[in-house]
Amino acid sequence: MEDLLWLIPALPFLGATLLILFGSRFSRGAVALIGAGSVGVSALITLLLGIGFLADRPAFYHQEVWQWFNVAGFNPSVAFHLDALSVVFLFVITFVGFLIHLYSTAYMAADEDFSRFFACMNLFVGSMLVLVMADNLLLLYLGWEGVGLCSYLLIGFWYNEPANGYAARKAFIITRVGDTAMAIGLFMLFQSFGTLNIQSILAEAPQAWPIGSEMALLVALLLLGGAVGKSGQLPLQTWLPDAMAGPTPVSALIHAATMVTAGVYLITRMYVLFELAPAAQLTVATIGAVTLLIAGFSALTQYDLKRVLAYSTISQIGYMFLALGVGAWSAGIFHFMIHAFFKALLFLCAGAIILALHHEQDMRRMGGLRQRMPVVFWTFLIGAASLAALPIITAGFYSKDQILWYALAGENGNIWLYMAGLAGAFITSVYTFRMVFITFYGESKTHVSHPPGRLITVPLIMLAVLSLVGGFIELPHNFGHITLFSDLLAPVLPGIRASEALAENEWMFQLLAAVVSLGGVYIAYLFYLKSPSLLPSLKRSNTAMALHRFWHAGWGFDALYDTLFVRPYVYLANLNKRDIIDSFYTGLARTAEGFHVMFSDTQNGVLRNYVMGMVVGAIMILTISLLL
Amino acid sequence: MSTVSMEAALLLAGILFMLGLISVLIRRNIIFMLVSVEIMLNAAGLAFIVAGTRWVQPDGQIMFIFILTMAAAEVSVGLALILQIYHQLKTLDSDAANIMKG
Repeated sequence: MEDLLWLIPALPFLGATLLILFGSRFSRGAVALIGAGSVGVSALITLLLGIGFLADRPAFYHQEVWQWFNVAGFNPSVAFHLDALSVVFLFVITFVGFLIHLYSTAYMAADEDFSRFFACMNLFVGSMLVLVMADNLLLLYLGWEGVGLCSYLLIGFWYNEPANGYAARKAFIITRVGDTAMAIGLFMLFQSFGTLNIQSILAEAPQAWPIGSEMALLVALLLLGGAVGKSGQLPLQTWLPDAMAGPTPVSALIHAATMVTAGVYLITRMYVLFELAPAAQLTVATIGAVTLLIAGFSALTQYDLKRVLAYSTISQIGYMFLALGVGAWSAGIFHFMIHAFFKALLFLCAGAIILALHHEQDMRRMGGLRQRMPVVFWTFLIGAASLAALPIITAGFYSKDQILWYALAGENGNIWLYMAGLAGAFITSVYTFRMVFITFYGESKTHVSHPPGRLITVPLIMLAVLSLVGGFIELPHNFGHITLFSDLLAPVLPGIRASEALAENEWMFQLLAAVVSLGGVYIAYLFYLKSPSLLPSLKRSNTAMALHRFWHAGWGFDALYDTLFVRPYVYLANLNKRDIIDSFYTGLARTAEGFHVMFSDTQNGVLRNYVMGMVVGAIMILTISLLL
Repeated sequence: MSTVSMEAALLLAGILFMLGLISVLIRRNIIFMLVSVEIMLNAAGLAFIVAGTRWVQPDGQIMFIFILTMAAAEVSVGLALILQIYHQLKTLDSDAANIMKG
C-alpha cells in the first residue's frame, strides 16, 4: 500500500509533462482526458490509500523514492511522509482538485490555450501534493515554490491583458517576500539541527530549545512570514484580490481551496516550534483576528463578484490562523477542509454566472438569476449559507463555532480574539448574503446566454453536498458529540482543553454565534431586499462614503505599499537608468572606439601619406636617439 | 689615382637620398616613384661603399651587392604590380589606387 505513495504526485506531473510537450498536437478531448484524468486517478489512489490508512490507523506511511543529493552531510531525500494531517490535505487537494478540473473542461472549452491551462493546473496539483507529502522541509520548499510558480502562470493566463500580467507579477513578488523569510528560517533550522527532516526537527526541538527561547521565536516568526505571504494574511494580503485576474477555476483551486492554505499547513506541520514560542503563536492569532476583520470589511464594499470571494477567502484563512494561534490545531484544519468545499463551490458558481453573462463580473449588472439558473442558485445558496455559518444545517457552522469557542475558552484564548471572531462572523454573513441578494434577486440586467451544462453543474452539486454534510463528522460535545475528525488528527496534533468554568455555558456561546450569523443575514435582507431605500440614505452621509472608499480600496494597503516601496524603488531605478556603475566599462569601450576612429582616418589609401608617415616617424626616432 | 674625401662622398650619398625621398613624396606617377626608390637605395649603397673604404673592410661592398640583389627583386615585383595597377585602373596615378582605404 505504502508503495503507491509516489504515484499520487507523479501522475499529475506526468500529465503536465505530456501536455507541455505534446499538448498542441492532442485534440481537445485528449487534453481534457489527460488533464482531468491524471488528477482523477491520483484521487482514486488517495482514496485507496486513505481507506487503508483509516482502517489500519498506522502512525504514518513513509516512502523514500530516492536520495536527492548528499553534500557535506546534508542529504535530503525525495521521500513522502503521510500522516493524518497530510491525509486530510491530500483528500481535499485531489478530490476538490479533480472536481475543479472536471468543471474546467467545460469552463475553458472555448479557450484557445486549452492545453496550456491544463498543463499548468496539473503542475500545480503535483507541486501542491509534494508540498503536503514532503518528509523534509527542502522538498516542502520545492513544492512551495512550485505552487507559487503555477499561481503566477495561471493568474497571468490571459497575458494579452497587461493588467493580468501586473497582477501575476504582484502575486509572485509579494509572496516572494514571505518566501525569503521562510528560506532564512530553514537555514536557521538546518544550522541548529543539521537536518531538515520534519519529524526529527519536531522531535529534537523541545530538547534543544526551552519554551520561550529566542531562537525558537525567531524561527517561528520567519516561518510565519512565509505562511503569511502564501496565505494572504496581514501584512502581505494585497496580492490575493488582484489574483482574481486568472480564470475562475484557478481562483477556486489555487486562490481559495488549496494553495493559499499552504501557510496553514506549514504552521500546523511545524506546530512544535510555535508551541515553543508562545509569543509567535500569539502573533499568529493576532494576525488571524485582525486579518479576518479588515478583509471582512473590504468584502462588504466590493462590487466584483470574484473580489468579494477573494476578500472572503482572506478573512476565512484569518479564522484558520486564529484557530492555530490559540492552539486549536484540529479546529483550524477542520475549517480548512470545510472552507475548501464551500469556497471552491462559491467560486465555481461564480464562474458559471460569469460565463453565462459573457464575462460580466460586476454584481450591479447581475440580478434576477434565481429563475434563470436554478441549479447555480441553489448550490450558491448552500455555499453562501456554509460561509455565513448558518446554524445546524451547514458545515461552516460547526467548523467556525469550534474556532470561536476555542478562541474564548482555549488555554491561549481571550475575550478580544473571541470578539474579533464574532464580529467577523457577523460581517461574513452580511457580505455573503449581500452577494446572494444582489446577484440572484431583483430584476435581471444582463441576458443569460449560456445555460451551464452538466460538466459544470455536477461538480457544483457534489461540492454543495460536501458543504452541507461535511460538518457532521465533527459535532460539539453538547450537540451530537461526534469527534471523527479530531480523533483522526489526535495522533499528529496535540488536543486542546477548554476552560472548565466556561464549559457549562458553551450552549450560550453557540446560540450567540447562531444569532449573530442569522442577524447578519437579516441585515443584508433589510438593506438589499426589503427596503433598498435605506442604502441611498446611508450613501448621503460623508463618513459612510469615505469609509466605503477606504474599505473598497482594501484599507489603503495598496496605496501605502505603493508610497513606501514601489515609488521609491521606481524612483531609484529611474535615477540609475543609465547604470552608474556600468559607466566605467562603457567609458573604456568609448575610448577604444575613439582611438579606432582616429586611426582608421590615417588608412586613407594615399600612398604618399604613408611615405610621409614613415619619414616623420624615422625623423622622430633619429632625433630621439640623437638627443638621448 | 685621386681620392675623394669621405665627407664629400657621404654628402653626395645624403643629397642623393634626400632627392629620392623628396621625389617619392611629390611624384604621383608610380613609375617615377619606383625610380626614386631606386635612387634612395643606391644612395644607401654608396654610403656603404664609402664606409667600407674608410675602414678598409670588404663588408661595405658585400652589403652593396646585397642591396643590388634586393633592388632587382624589388623592381621585378614592383613592375609587375605597376602593370596590374595600370591594367585595372588605366592610369599610373598613385592617388587613384586608394580604393583599399580602411
